[in-house]
Amino acid sequence: MRQNEGGKIMTNIDKNTPAEKLTIAGNIYEAGNAREFKTGDWRSVRPVYIPEKCIQCGLCFPVCPEDAIPVRKDQKRVDFNYDYCKGCGVCAKVCPFGAIQMKTEGED
Amino acid sequence: MSIRERLSGNEASATAMKQINPDVVAAFPITPSTEIPQYFSTFVDNGMVDTEFVAVESEHSAMSACIGAEAAGARAMTATSANGLSLMWEMIYIASGMRLPIVMSLVNRAVSGPLNIHNDHSDAMGVRDAGWIMLFSETNQEAYDNLLMAHRIAENEKVQLPLMVCQDGFITSHSIENIELLEDAKVKEFVGEYHPKHYLLNKKEPMAMGPMDLQAFLFEHKYEQAEAMRRAKDVILEVSKEFEKMTGRKYGLFEEYKLEDAEIAIVCMNSTAGTTKEVVDLLREKGIKAGLLKIRVFRPFPAEEIAKALSHVKAVAVLDKADSLNGAGGALFTDVTSAMQVAKVNVPTASYIYGIGGRDTTTKDIESVFNDLLEDTKKEKIENPYRYVGLRKE
Amino acid sequence: MAYNMKEIVAEKPSRFTSGHRMCAGCGAPPVARMIMRALKPEDHAVISNATGCMEVSTFIYPYTAWTDSYIHTAFECAAATCSGVEAAYKSLKKQGKLPKDEHTKFIAFGGDGGTYDIGLQSLSGAMERGHDMTYVCYDNGAYMNTGIQRSSATPKFADTTTSPAGSVIPGKMQSRKDLTEIMEAHHLPYVAQTAAYMNFKDLYEKAEKAIYTEGPTFLNVLAPCPRGWGYPTEDLMTINKLAVETCYWPLYEIENGKYKITYKPVKKLPIEEFLKPQKRFKHMFKAGNEWMLEEFQKEVDRRWEDLLKLEEMSNKE
Repeated sequence: MRQNEGGKIMTNIDKNTPAEKLTIAGNIYEAGNAREFKTGDWRSVRPVYIPEKCIQCGLCFPVCPEDAIPVRKDQKRVDFNYDYCKGCGVCAKVCPFGAIQMKTEGED
Repeated sequence: MSIRERLSGNEASATAMKQINPDVVAAFPITPSTEIPQYFSTFVDNGMVDTEFVAVESEHSAMSACIGAEAAGARAMTATSANGLSLMWEMIYIASGMRLPIVMSLVNRAVSGPLNIHNDHSDAMGVRDAGWIMLFSETNQEAYDNLLMAHRIAENEKVQLPLMVCQDGFITSHSIENIELLEDAKVKEFVGEYHPKHYLLNKKEPMAMGPMDLQAFLFEHKYEQAEAMRRAKDVILEVSKEFEKMTGRKYGLFEEYKLEDAEIAIVCMNSTAGTTKEVVDLLREKGIKAGLLKIRVFRPFPAEEIAKALSHVKAVAVLDKADSLNGAGGALFTDVTSAMQVAKVNVPTASYIYGIGGRDTTTKDIESVFNDLLEDTKKEKIENPYRYVGLRKE
Repeated sequence: MAYNMKEIVAEKPSRFTSGHRMCAGCGAPPVARMIMRALKPEDHAVISNATGCMEVSTFIYPYTAWTDSYIHTAFECAAATCSGVEAAYKSLKKQGKLPKDEHTKFIAFGGDGGTYDIGLQSLSGAMERGHDMTYVCYDNGAYMNTGIQRSSATPKFADTTTSPAGSVIPGKMQSRKDLTEIMEAHHLPYVAQTAAYMNFKDLYEKAEKAIYTEGPTFLNVLAPCPRGWGYPTEDLMTINKLAVETCYWPLYEIENGKYKITYKPVKKLPIEEFLKPQKRFKHMFKAGNEWMLEEFQKEVDRRWEDLLKLEEMSNKE
């Protein structure tokens, strides 16, 4: 874990942290640490990636509000990051190849 | 060697700002503080300072820009009065909540309405609980000196709070008085450079400021702010002591003028203290033991110290140059009486509202207050504690 | 360099991370993220964010979704706050107090409430003063953060919680303010209106131009709101497309006074196509309300024609 401001560990700030241990004025010195906050449990439907149908056209890459479609350096996407996917379905709708299917959470 | 000059309060404040040489000044014109940004723009345009002057389109933006600049890692200053401060009000709280040591010169003037451009303290009283350190100045010299001390106090690691230096609009801001200035180099050395620990422009440590701070955190953050305000008291005294060493001019939390053996005393702020001192001298000649407690540090409020300083007096009048319009006296009166109550100091105390909208407060007015107090000392308790002086009424 | 979306997404890091708490399907994060990607990877940025949906859901203590420096102060003053940061940068740089080889860019984000309405003065002031910054308005056409109240960006007849489609007054009775044109009236070096359409090419290129044009620049970006507009979340990109293809939201830019419409639909779609999928316009499709559709179409046509004329006029030698 990374240390900040007098040894405070950012990720350890929670509702039990005493006043003296919080950062001043609510500043955060670890830009981008929202990645530690998982939003995947918001989902009621999930996108299912079907690699066989995917031609890596890239249409879905930038549309995800959650940045939950990992794109590798070789410009190819891989499976969804379900830690963050909120199940909006925008990706499935833009895919012309049926490579993303929306399924109700809990269903196979 | 210090430099003897003759300057108005506004000139003195602008001169202090020039010597401090802040990185950013953002201000909007409003009587009677307008001259400060005017003088300062001249310094900027003649290359006498390194400052970026942001000629904003409103006071709200003035404070917003100061917040942005200070958060970026710069020293930011501004000046305003009355409605200008009212328009800033939202950002005043945000500046202190973000713990940014912005320094403001507040040239006190009546807040509308109706419109009036003259001096009273209703502007300052409107932000008295906004988390800013508030220093009041009797004279041009004090306005200058307070500004020179401001950054040392505000930026102190134990404090990190914004600070405003108040002076009376027109009465001191536009009156030319003798003043002792420090040499530029001395000011530079005393004020020092600003090196914040965290700042937006630090590429090595990108940071975020001004969060959505919900139920689990705002209480604690506010407590920390209050603690910083409590700690500011000692820091103010330390910085003032250092300033005294350099200049010989002594500053405390408040000034006691012939208060030590006084039987009746007035508590007031800013230029009225000068008038009061004259009346105290006059009464002393007549054998009346009058005294004055002039508040310099209004926020943090030196409650314990004030209660102690007044504990031996037989009657006190607290003069407020702003009516709290609450039917129960002025703001300073409430603070002073509350301080005494907590400290178990039982001195009969009356509230006087005076000088609203620039109404002249003469030695006669002050004398009448002392005369009232003399009468009060003969009675068991203060009757009619909510009083006015200098008001026409039937 | 030709626009290559796949390469941009693969190569350039996301500077607006996962783990924010905007609604599912929100139109703002994809555009904000792409605008941030227009930054050169080696450049640092300071973001000034107006109070609004984006702010309250990307920086909830102790988590921030921005990898650059970020400041939020209040609703109406993202531009003024940004101008202060920029002034500090100028001053410190001039004094040699910041590394010479480091470059910082300044970007303000505000919703239409914080930009068209309560923040207009602060924006106008900052732009007039010439700060080197880019102001981005993500326009979702109402005060969505407080629960879909009408703003001056809300289209005519839209049903919002403060302009409900009632039996006497059928929704908002006033037309949208044209903020892009107001910003052009400031004679800025670069003003553009864009949306997430066609692989984000238009958006990315305009963002890049805005950020790297010296001086104050302005971007007005459409950011559909599934909740406020009343369409299924998955239709985000369809709605974006229809807004552009009906000429409801023309894509254009103005560089030093010269207009360029960056996309002209081959066949302008009737406005119904954009209105129909959205619940906020549902009442316009009731029998007897045909006049509303006609009026709406007329206004869209008039503004589009005006824009064509402006393009022609401003490019005349």
